[in-house]
Amino acid sequence: MNNIRLAVPKTAKKDEIIEIKALIQHPMESGFRRGARGEVITRDIITAFECRYNDEVVFTAEIFPAMSANPFLTFYTRAVDSGMLTFKWTHENGEEWTDSAEITVT
Amino acid sequence: MTLKPLAPDLTRRGLLGMGAGAVLISATPLLAMAEEEDLQAAVKAAFGNRKINDDKVTLELPPISENGYSVPLSVRVDSPMTDADHITQIAIFSPRNPLPDLIRFKLGPRAGKAEITTRIRLSGTQRLIAIAEDNQGNLWRGGAETMVTLAACVIL
Repeated sequence: MNNIRLAVPKTAKKDEIIEIKALIQHPMESGFRRGARGEVITRDIITAFECRYNDEVVFTAEIFPAMSANPFLTFYTRAVDSGMLTFKWTHENGEEWTDSAEITVT
Repeated sequence: MTLKPLAPDLTRRGLLGMGAGAVLISATPLLAMAEEEDLQAAVKAAFGNRKINDDKVTLELPPISENGYSVPLSVRVDSPMTDADHITQIAIFSPRNPLPDLIRFKLGPRAGKAEITTRIRLSGTQRLIAIAEDNQGNLWRGGAETMVTLAACVIL
């Protein structure tokens, strides 16, 4: 459960625009589906994603139930310095999951 | 000797209840659909009554989505993404999902380029719109249509 997969280049040239892929395993139950007995399946949604580069926020997403299960995002950032990219997903109940990746900028 | 029901929990009343449940299930997705007005209301809530230019934003969806539960979406905004001129947010809206808001991204000059790819759910054939805002407060709009053969939310 909540296995996180990241694709961040290990090295980059200074000011190169790098592609980042981030996926978290989560059912993203929309709350609009019904079970076999007609009962509403309880909503269970991650509502926020944030990517920081050396502690500076470079990308965020506000997520609604329209996001597919196992939310997957591909976005870009400029490689400015060697350091750490950190990723954080926040559930609407406040639960958080984080992961990070190191990058060396030459 | 009395006749026993075929299964203890399968009574006449239970069966009627299940029938009513089935009617509810089939009717609810239709009731829960957002409409074109909901989309306009969501856009207004996010960006107010400002002028939106039909330019710069490219939204890409497959022409046919065989699975409404996972439709690849990519959005790109033509912007130099410099400190002086960059996109600050991109929001995607739907006229036919249960909620008109699909996803909203915030970015800045550190992004290098304003391009994002993800996967979304769509409950039917529709035309989505993407609205981007730049650091001067200008709004830009693009749209894309996709035919959904298996809609999300409808099946169990």
